Amino acid sequence: MDEIPYTVKPHPISGLYSGKLGVWLFLASEVMLFGALFSSYILLRVGSDDWPVGSEILNVPLAMVNTFILILSSVTVVLGWASLKLGENRKAKMYLWLTVVLACGFLVVKTFEYGAKFSHHIGPATNNFYATYFTMTGLHGLHVIGGIAVFVYLLTSGAKLLETNPEHYANRIECTGLYWHFVDLVWIFLFPALYLL
Amino acid sequence: MAESVEEIREHTKVYIKVLIALLVLTVVTVAVSYVDFNSTFLTVFVGLLIATIKGSLVACYFMHLIDEEKLIYWVLGITVVFFAVLMLVPILTVHDSVFYG
Repeated sequence: MDEIPYTVKPHPISGLYSGKLGVWLFLASEVMLFGALFSSYILLRVGSDDWPVGSEILNVPLAMVNTFILILSSVTVVLGWASLKLGENRKAKMYLWLTVVLACGFLVVKTFEYGAKFSHHIGPATNNFYATYFTMTGLHGLHVIGGIAVFVYLLTSGAKLLETNPEHYANRIECTGLYWHFVDLVWIFLFPALYLL
Repeated sequence: MAESVEEIREHTKVYIKVLIALLVLTVVTVAVSYVDFNSTFLTVFVGLLIATIKGSLVACYFMHLIDEEKLIYWVLGITVVFFAVLMLVPILTVHDSVFYG
């Protein structure tokens, strides 16, 4: 069977390896997905006479901890990728596992946050604010779960590629990293929009 | 995109500096939210300005957009245009009386 071309070498026209271009196109579609939700949020908020202040009804310290966790996980991904490029594979794997642990930590904190709301019988149907809050943070949480799944695959059965073609493996980590940074970027805007403003 | 060992080591130092900047800006975001600006516009503007600075740091340094191929900039440029239209939709609905009287 023929190999997929341009997984390592850049394509002569785009100057990019194909996976990277593919991820950027995917991220462009993700911008529109979250953009639609942000647009709906603005519409609902501007049209509401009584929109609650997020900091008065949501747990800001927990969300701040989650912001720190996601930022740290973004750094561990790029450090993992840099270690792969330097041939320090053990160190790279350590950084990437650390990313998975931090991502799981983010979900644990989110579970506590959701749990506190559900225990007070607060859910998406409570009002427009909570509908927005649960939809946006819920979709973001699903993206975190997706990222964890890809990292765990690349660190377990997908790690065979590291032995056979380390450059291709580093490119896969870079593509996953781009996705992960996007997930971090979305949270950077979700945090003030829902919790603080 | 960094390829040489020296360049990658240099980039690693930048990642740590960006990390510190992001952590500090997160604290600033929360601190600023407790400041009373006496204006909703100013409160939202400052909050989104800090978020935009943080987002730009992530995009430029972690996603390597500061040194990327032209095609990526084109893809993102088109995305920004459509994103701007999406953000303008709520404003158009607020001012729909302009069109429908």
